[in-house]
Amino acid sequence: MPPILDIRNLYKSYGTTEILKDINVTIEPGDFLVLVGPSGCGKSTLLNCIAGLEDISGGAIHIGGQDMTDVAPKDRNIAMVFQSYALYPTMTVAKNITFGMKVRGVDQATQDHKLAEVARQLQIEPLLSRKPAQLSGGQRQRVAMGRALVRDPKLFLFDEPLSNLDAKLRVEMRTEIKKLHHNLGASMVYVTHDQIEALTLATKIVVMKGGVIQQIGTPSEIYNRPANLFVADFMGSPSMNLIPARTQRMGETTQIEIARPDGPPLVLQDTRRPDLPADIILGLRPEDIGAPGFRQGPLVQTSPCRVDVVEPAGADTYIVAHLGGKEVTARFHAETEAQPGSPLEFAFDLTKAAYFAPNSGERLN
Amino acid sequence: MTDFSTANRSMPPPPSRMRRTGGVKRALLRWLLFAGLGVFALFYLMPLFVMLTTSLKSLEEIRTGSLVALPRTVTFDAWHTAWSQACSGIKCEGLRPYFMNSVLIAVPAVAISTMIGALNGYVVAHWRFRGANIIFSLMLFGCFIPFQVVLLPMARMLGLMGLAGTIPGLIFVHVIYGIGFTTLFFRNYYVSVPGELVKAAKVDGAGFLRIFWSIFLPLSLPIFVVTIIWQFTQIWNDFLFGVSFSQAGTQPVTVALNNIVNSTTGVKEYNVDMAAAIIAALPTLLVYVVAGKYFIRGLTAGSVKG
Repeated sequence: MPPILDIRNLYKSYGTTEILKDINVTIEPGDFLVLVGPSGCGKSTLLNCIAGLEDISGGAIHIGGQDMTDVAPKDRNIAMVFQSYALYPTMTVAKNITFGMKVRGVDQATQDHKLAEVARQLQIEPLLSRKPAQLSGGQRQRVAMGRALVRDPKLFLFDEPLSNLDAKLRVEMRTEIKKLHHNLGASMVYVTHDQIEALTLATKIVVMKGGVIQQIGTPSEIYNRPANLFVADFMGSPSMNLIPARTQRMGETTQIEIARPDGPPLVLQDTRRPDLPADIILGLRPEDIGAPGFRQGPLVQTSPCRVDVVEPAGADTYIVAHLGGKEVTARFHAETEAQPGSPLEFAFDLTKAAYFAPNSGERLN
Repeated sequence: MTDFSTANRSMPPPPSRMRRTGGVKRALLRWLLFAGLGVFALFYLMPLFVMLTTSLKSLEEIRTGSLVALPRTVTFDAWHTAWSQACSGIKCEGLRPYFMNSVLIAVPAVAISTMIGALNGYVVAHWRFRGANIIFSLMLFGCFIPFQVVLLPMARMLGLMGLAGTIPGLIFVHVIYGIGFTTLFFRNYYVSVPGELVKAAKVDGAGFLRIFWSIFLPLSLPIFVVTIIWQFTQIWNDFLFGVSFSQAGTQPVTVALNNIVNSTTGVKEYNVDMAAAIIAALPTLLVYVVAGKYFIRGLTAGSVKG
């Protein structure tokens, strides 16, 4: 079976400004691909290129094995859900959902049948005769999904569909989209700037910055093995601690030295003896730093540090200390009795530590 | 405005003497304001009042009575004369044929220029093409060209097209000069329609005209009303083009009114002149009264919330 979507060497520029540079992405049937990145990274433009709403300047787009590079949006066998929902304001919900079928000349009986089916699936039957202005945000969202579902397309495209909803509804709809993906077994491309949405929904994530793909991988690869400093910093909340350090190979270990404002530097040993340059940036997620005994293993080491800030967050308490000139966040139990200004034993688990080159930002291990 | 008055009403009665004098002062100012506005309104309505009363008097009464007095006996003779008997030049057939000319000019010219403006506005707002900005700026520029400047070239154009002195010629001129404004109106209205609507419709399979017809036109009632009122008023009231590009038999009502008023010999029939003037102004008044509500709404409300 050919990949459902195959983007090869895609370039996009407006005049002399390059928006997308050499994009290569492939997804298999049933994949949930999330394009994530800060605003202005080109992710929405890429989605519009896939939809055919923007012409591309170079490369090719294949959908379901067919070259769709120069094909009109309506013939690409896709459906799209927009950030503003883009419901036709003068049409009822039912007309909104059937508009595409009507334009394509689908007969009335099929239209009615499909409308009923989708309305039942999304539980919007009571809304069918209303106008979009009479719906709440969540209801509009459902109608927009319904409009995509009736198409029964090869590929669903979502352009930040949850960003206009309030926090609680966003989480609900997120779960619902995930369920929908699971039930339909459909292939989806989903654009978001919210890295949590990306991690929860995706089977495959593309992290973008400045029109360039930074990393492609499963959520766990992206989270646990970020390819560079940008990905490490962007994905995860609270974000990964990126601590400037010096290294030295000493016998059986590589020594990692981190400056401390008061007292001698903090020294950690990586017994895997990675071959590192003298200056590096150590990446450690907050959950890899904790109270002594929070984890066992050869790479867990403890050392006292001065507590700067204590931030209770319900289930956990985040503790901030100054290391290597940076604020370093550690995740402790909610019951910790840490006090700002006093020293506390921290345990560092280097099992998942990432080492980055300070200049290029590339991962070294 | 309403906020202001309700806020005043809901205020508790002033407790101290100081506050009460303040209240008196404010009431006094308010009365002065209303009095001033009333004077202005009267000043504005006076000519209309004189026109209306004069048109209902007989010539005899006009000669003997006061200008501002109400008619002693109301007679519609002057209206009758103005409509079907008043003389302009050598012909004495009243305003009626010219009124019809104006209708024949204004209705198609308004309809055509409004439809073209709607399509233009839709294109300029949502189907950007290379040079769209320049073309739109040129159209805007067209709104501000004084009509006098184009009289001679336009006369030559009409002559070349074989439309000189004809009603289709006048329709053509008015359509051309209306497009700038109508495009501006529709463009400003349509830019507030989210571009994602067009994208969604494209994905749904709708083309250029289908999107315009099914999605934009149903949203456009307010701006259509605004444009139609504006265009109708402009075209109906136009005198310059009417007098320049018409000939005997194709003159619009404004030109005929001028001829009737200026070409009377002997006794000046003020009552007929006044009645003719009111008749000539009636359609624009009527359009505004019928559709004025939408005019205000269309000017203020542009945005389309989904």
